[in-house]
Formats: sequence, structure tokens, C-alpha cells
Amino acid sequence: MTDISTGSGHGPSENTPAKLGYSPVADIPHRPRVADTDPRAARRAERQVASMFMLSMFFVVLFVVAFIAIDKYATVYIPVFGAVGAMNVALGFTMGVAIFLIGAGAIQWAKKLMPDVEVVQLRHDLVSPTEATNEAAANYERGKEESGFARFKIIRRTLIGAMVLFPIPLVVMLRDLWISPPGNPSPSTLLTTTLWEDGTRVVTDATYLPIRPEDIPVGGLVSAAPADLPEVQEAEHNLNARGKAAIILVRMDPAEILSQQGDGWDYQGILAYSKICTHVGCPIALYEQRTHHLLCPCHQSTFDLSDSGNVIFGPAARRMPQLPIGVDAEGFIVAKAPFAEPVGPSFWERG
Amino acid sequence: MSTTNSAAANPIPASPIEAAGGGVATYVDQRVGSNKFLGRTLGKVFPDHWSFMLGEIALYSFLVVLLSGVYLTLFYKPSMVEVIYNGSYVPLKGIEMSEAYASTLDISFDVRGGLLIRQMHHWSALIFIAAIAVHMFRVFFTGAFRKPREFNWILGVGLATLALAAGFSGYSLPDDLLSGTGLQIARGIVQSIPIVGTWGAFLLFGSEFPGTDFISRLYGIHILLVPGLILALVSVHLMLVWTQKHTQFPGPGRTNNNVVGYPLMPVYMAKAGGFFFIVFGICTLIAGLVTINPIWLFGPYTPDQVSAGSQPDWYIGWLDGALRIMPNLESYLFGYTISWNILIPAVIMPGIVFTALAFYPFLEAWITGDKREHHLLDRPRNNPTRTGIGVMAITFYGLLWIGGGNDIIATSFNLTINSITWFLRIAVFVLPPIAFLVTKRICLALQRRDRDKLLHGYETGRVLRLPHGEFIEVHETINYKEMAVITSKSDIAPLPAPVKVDADGVANRKYWIQSLRAKLSNFFYADNISKPTAAEIEAAQHHLDHGAALEAPLHAYEDADEIRNAHGGVLHHPGMANTNAEQLAGRSDR
Ligand code: HEM
Ligand code: FES
Repeated sequence: MTDISTGSGHGPSENTPAKLGYSPVADIPHRPRVADTDPRAARRAERQVASMFMLSMFFVVLFVVAFIAIDKYATVYIPVFGAVGAMNVALGFTMGVAIFLIGAGAIQWAKKLMPDVEVVQLRHDLVSPTEATNEAAANYERGKEESGFARFKIIRRTLIGAMVLFPIPLVVMLRDLWISPPGNPSPSTLLTTTLWEDGTRVVTDATYLPIRPEDIPVGGLVSAAPADLPEVQEAEHNLNARGKAAIILVRMDPAEILSQQGDGWDYQGILAYSKICTHVGCPIALYEQRTHHLLCPCHQSTFDLSDSGNVIFGPAARRMPQLPIGVDAEGFIVAKAPFAEPVGPSFWERG
Repeated sequence: MSTTNSAAANPIPASPIEAAGGGVATYVDQRVGSNKFLGRTLGKVFPDHWSFMLGEIALYSFLVVLLSGVYLTLFYKPSMVEVIYNGSYVPLKGIEMSEAYASTLDISFDVRGGLLIRQMHHWSALIFIAAIAVHMFRVFFTGAFRKPREFNWILGVGLATLALAAGFSGYSLPDDLLSGTGLQIARGIVQSIPIVGTWGAFLLFGSEFPGTDFISRLYGIHILLVPGLILALVSVHLMLVWTQKHTQFPGPGRTNNNVVGYPLMPVYMAKAGGFFFIVFGICTLIAGLVTINPIWLFGPYTPDQVSAGSQPDWYIGWLDGALRIMPNLESYLFGYTISWNILIPAVIMPGIVFTALAFYPFLEAWITGDKREHHLLDRPRNNPTRTGIGVMAITFYGLLWIGGGNDIIATSFNLTINSITWFLRIAVFVLPPIAFLVTKRICLALQRRDRDKLLHGYETGRVLRLPHGEFIEVHETINYKEMAVITSKSDIAPLPAPVKVDADGVANRKYWIQSLRAKLSNFFYADNISKPTAAEIEAAQHHLDHGAALEAPLHAYEDADEIRNAHGGVLHHPGMANTNAEQLAGRSDR
């Protein structure tokens, strides 16, 4: 049963590295493979490996053909995967197969034709020999002595001081990662103010059209924004104002309103709430009109809009801020005051 | 010895390529002395086991990520400037969006092969992170982190963390609706950090959310900083594997002092090199066939839109789940807000998890007092407490991960989100300890079975009737391979309880810490099923021989004890005693 094909004797004395470049063969029973004993099988394995490399080349050619020939907007239907871009599938398949075959060939070569006899190598102690350790220690001591690091107390202390202080400029310069806007508002002021003011018209968030109370049926929900949002966005070149000012309007039977954040903040059963979740800030628009529940899609915090927007479930800790609304002279919905509390996620200075 | 001499002395006629190669080797060697290294290296032995490929998968998929990433940088524009899309994807034509998103659409629709590379980048990133995780499990459960490999464990924890950072920062670059929502959440988390959070968020984003700076800042982090760090840590990681040599699983001929396997040149080189192409090829095939992150369906990011049922990439799922199932605690102190509901799941819990991971090897070494070098891997069953802890952690992770998909589970199984959330809130505390206990029991049962196999052989299912009428089932000796594996177990005795006051009446000032250590050590090893002694095994072998007239290879051992000691507890089949004994001469640290 015990058959070791590489060399007959295997004491370390016989298979010395100098002789063969081999480590001694492990003394484990080894069953020869077919390719070890049958030259025909060995030749078959050789052909297999070579054809894999051959096919790999062929697929590279196919890749280039596909790259040139296939219309980049064509789609094909593949069962399981559905309708997919023809170009992507063709390129991925040809390139993937070409690369895969190189690997498959190499591994087949190793498995079938290279020796599969395990060899043994000794591990060596990781710990350094005593002389080396002593030498290191002696050099260190000599260096310490020669530099006078231990003796020159004042040099040592000032050096440590200098090393501690020198990174400060590197950190200080990070201050202007945020350039405070004119007037130097603090972060918490910025997070607390939105575009909403007394009299700001409420408009739809995509077409910016003003909204009349009649436009919203009972049970309906409208995503809205302040009327000056387009100009502000144009002026600021960013979406910051939008991120804070987004609101939703919902309408319910006034009799169903259990409570509000302020007296008469609704208009004939139309309530305006911030759209930004007080948990970590996802916009919310999943509204269940029967229960008046607003559900955040991110972590499923649920707010009851008929009851001051209070949290009834989930990880959000604070209610959805409500915006007091009314109508202006032309009959369009307007805000009657800014938000009374910060919208969006909590922050330290929020109080 | 000069190189020209040795080349002349070479008896094998060299092919032109080999001659050229030799020329290059000589040229380089004369300048950097590389042949000294090559000589040792080309014959270096690597042990073989399927689970050793996990780290390789991580490495190779990382290389694919690097390659495809460089290609993406040629087309991607890290800019949040708003542009009007005018590419070939009809549904979004004429819509305002950031340049980052528009360029990602261009990569997906107008650059030939662009979608393939984007998907290769994303798929290989997912495979990279998954391979790191599973590789880490392998290292943990087999105790490969023990001395001398603690540094590599810590490097691994660092790599896992960086991989998450790489993935998250990359996921955010396309600036589609999903990735923007992820950033919004990330900002909410930063803002929850007491004292510095608000300022930190403004500094990171350069303004309120979303601002116009973040994508370009993230870009530098994603393509330079994080990959650079990963590359540096991976290099050290591999250098350590190289110098410390790979661990090996127990088996015939394998001891704590040797490496049994295949030499680098040629077998390991062919296998590992070939495997790189296999991983590369598979990443490419998946990228060609399976859509990932179809950002064109999500639309451009705007802070007031969200898509329902949105899911982060898989590796963020557990953190998302933790955020989801956390009860809504918030405190207000002296006019300041502390958002425990965010802080605990998103900052404190992951902080604890990664710190505990990093410190585990030191904790275990301290508890066990084990200062030996370990190059032979543990079988998970032989350290039931460690295995139990690992399964406990995986259970915890899995539950959080389920939490991350609670909405999907709710709709698929018709459950309410409330009931799933409440189940998980309780389960994350109850199920992991149960998983621990069950795992530990299973491990101990397996140990018991191993012991039985050593002492009584295995049941053959053959029943004999003895001359006096009794029926017995024939037990046969297990084969030499199994014998080597089972006997590799090394028992560790639990530490004794310390004394409060010693014989001289001096109070033990370290009593408290020592008794904690002794208790933990008992927790680890008190119910260990000890391996039978060599004499017991020998006696059992004789018994098996005579009882059922079997061929018992171990019977040949007259000096079984000696061999066992010399081989660190590993038994070998008879033919090898001499060789290995010689190899091992002078080393016996078990
Ligand atoms: C270190 C590990 C890395 C991971 C885990 C990773 C992961 C990701 C992921 C998940 C994406 C989103 C892809 C999408 O679906 O569009 C991405 C995008 C991107 N990555 Fe990486 N990446 C890594 C390294 C790199 C490197 C080294 C580079 C370049 C040198 C790079 C360049 C890019 C670019 C340019 C994008 C944006 C492309 C787009 O949006 O289509 N990445 N990365
Ligand atoms: S962001 Fe709404 S629940 Fe988390």
C-alpha cells in the first residue's frame, strides 16, 4: 500500500536539498494516480490542459468580435436571468470563460501531471538566538549612551513636547472642511432653520404649483415644498434647502384629529408635517390613510399623524415636526409660522 | 561562489527561454542578491486544505476590485454638479442629476464593456468582503490566531474593517437614490455622537446634507486612502504568513514542528496562480450574467425621495438591522440630546464587536495560560468553549442581519413588522447563549465519540456469534489517518483556584484577578473529555486484536509511547517512525 514515487529512500540524509532541491518526502502512504502509471492517461491529461489554454485564446477572439459586432443597445432574453443587455452578457461570458480556462488548465496541470507527493519541511524557531538578542540590546544601549538621551533631560523633554505639538497644524487645517456661510451661523442654527416662514406658499415638490385645499381629498397625501425653493436651489447650487424643507400634506376628517402640536395648526383637516424622519433622516411617504400612520421605509418607525405625529413604533425617538398652515388671500395653502422644532435627525445641541 | 560558475556547472541543457530567464536572474541577483531568497523560496512548502483557499479568494477578488476600479476611474466623474442627462438611457433623458450619477449611467449604457466592469467591481467587492468574513471564521474556529499569529489576527480585523469602509464608500459614489439614502443615514449616525457629532457631520459633508463636497471627498478615500491601507495591511499579512509558515490541520506525519504539503515551485504556484484566474473568471462571468446595483432604476439622488424596500449591500445589513430593532431611547440632559437609539446600535455595538474581535486571542491566551507556539490547527470540537463563542457571535450577527430585512420578511411571510421586531429584540439576547450551549454540548459529544473510537474502534455493523453463544458486534481499529487526527488533541488542564492566604500567612494581593482567571479557565476546560493516555490506547488496541482477530496496524508499535511523545501526540503509521523521529530530533515543545 505504501508507495512513494519520488525517490526510494527518504531519510533526510539521502534527499538532502543540495542534491535535489527537494524537501524530504512525507512518509504517508501514497496511491499513484492513473497518469503516474499509464502513459496514455498522462498524454490525455496533457491534451486536456493544452486544449483549455487553446480554448481560452479562442474566447479572447470571440470577445473582440462581440465588442465590435454587437449593438450596444440590444437586449437578449436568458431564462432565469430575464432580459439583459446582449453586449454585457457576451463580453462577460467570453472574457470570463477565457480567464477561467487559464485557471482551470493550470490547476488540471498541477493535479494530473505535477507530483502529488507531499513533502516535509521543518519549522524554525521564530525567536531570535540569544547572541542576536544580546547584540540588539548592546547596540541599543550604546546608541542610548552615545546620544545622551538619558542624560540630557531638557533635550528629551523638549523633543517630546515638539513631537506632541507638531501634528496640531495638520489637524487645525481641517477646520475649513466646512466653510461657515456668511454671518457665521452655528451648525445647530443651520439645522434648526428651514425656508418656511409665516406666509410661505406651499407648492408641489416637482412642478412647484401652489396648492388649494380643494386639491387634496380626504385621505390624500401630497409631497410639497416652499414656493421659494427653486430660486434658493438655483442660487445655492445644492439640495440642502430641499433636504430640510420637504413636507407632506395629508387630509383627514377633522373629527379624527386627536391632537396637534399647536392649536388650529391644521386647515380644515389638512395637516402639514416634515417629510424627513426624525430617526436618521430618510424621507417618508408611506402613509396608511385608514390608520393615519406614517411609516418610514428605512427602519420602519411609525408615526401617528392624527395624534401630533407621535412615534407609535420603531427606533425614532421624536415625533414628526408639524408645520402650522392656513390659506392666503388667493386661497392657496401657506405656512403660518416656521417649524417650531428642528426637523430631521437629532443632534447634540438640539436640546 | 560566482553565478557564472554555477551556470556552467548546470548539467541540464537550457532552452533559450530558460537561458534568458537565468540571465535575468543573474543580472538581478548581482544587484540585489535575490537568488539567496529564491533558493529558499522556490522550495517552500505549503500545506493544502480547501479552507486555506478562503484567504486566497479574498486576495484575488481584491486584485480584481483593484483592476476594475482603475478602469472605472477613467470614466467616472466624482462631481455633485447638477447636469441635465442626455445619454442613451431613455427614461432618464432630460432629468437633472449630479455628474457622478450621469457618468455612472454613461459607464452603464454608453461605454462598451463599462457595465461589465462596473458589475465586476461590485461583484468582486461583495465576494471580497464575504471571503474575508468566512476566512475569519476559519481562523477563529481552528484556533489559528494563537501564538505566534496574534498580529496577523489583528491585521485581519483591521482589514475586515477597511473592507467595510471600502465597500460603503464605493456604494455611495454613483449618487443614485439608494446610495444617497445610505449617506443620509450615515450622516444621521455621525450627528448622534455626543459633543462632536454635529460639527463632525458639517466638517465631513462641508455643509448641511447633502452639500456638494461629499462625493469628491469620498472619492479620494475610496480610490486611494482605503485601498492603499488595505494593500499595506495585506502585504504585511502575507509577509507574516510567509515567515511564520502556514498552519496545518492534524494528519499523518504532521506535527507542530513541520509543514507537510507541496513545494511552491511548481505545484503550489500552479494551483494558487490558477486559482487567481478561476476567481477572476468567475467574477467576470457573474458580472456578465447577473445584474447588481441597477442604479438606473433607482433614479438620481434627491433628499426628499426614497424608494420603499430599499436594502443596503449585504455587509451593512447587520448594522441596519441593529438600527431597526433598537428601542427608541433618547435622553435630554442640561439642554443636550443623547440619541441612544442611534448611538448604541450604530456606534457602541459595532465598536464593542470589533474591539472584542481584536482582543480575543489575548483574552484566550490569558485565560488558558497557554504560551506554546501553535502550528497545528485545533479541530473546532476540541475547544468547545471557543467554538461555542464563535457560534454565539454568528447567531447574534445573523439575527441582526435578519433584522435588516424585517420589512422583506414581513411582506414575504405575512407577519407584522412589530412582531418581528419584538421577536428580534428578545432573541438577540436569548438565542446566542442557547446557541453557545448547544454548540458546546455537540462538541463534547463529538469528543466523547472520538475517545470511544480510540478505545473501542468503530462499529463495523458485523455481528459475530462467539463459541459460547454470545453475540458481539465487531469493532475495528480506526485507520491511521483518523488515528492521527484524533490523537492530535492536546488537553489543557483548567487552572487551579488560587489561595487567599499562602502557607506563610501572606495575603495574596492578586487573589481577585487570579480567581477570575481560574473561573474562566474552568469555564473553558472543566468539562473537556480528556484524550486517553498512550497506554490506554495501546491496551485497547491489544484488546481489539484479540477480541475480533483483526488486522491492527498499530499493533506493530512496540515503542508507541516514544513515538507519540516525539511527534507531539500524533501517531503515525509504522513505516514512518524513523524519518520523522529524525526530523524532529531535538524539538519537543508539547
Ligand atoms: C478596496 C476595495 C474596494 C471595494 C470593496 C470597492 C467597492 C465599490 C463599490 C461597491 C462600488 C459601487 C459600484 C457600483 O455599483 O456602481 C464602487 C464604486 C467605485 N469604485 Fe470601488 N471598491 C474598492 C476599491 C476601488 C479602487 C482601488 C478603485 C480605483 C482605483 C475604485 C474605484 C471605484 C470607482 C471609480 C467607483 C465609482 C464607479 C461607479 O459609480 O460606477 N474602487 N467601489
Ligand atoms: S430613518 Fe426613519 S426610521 Fe430610520
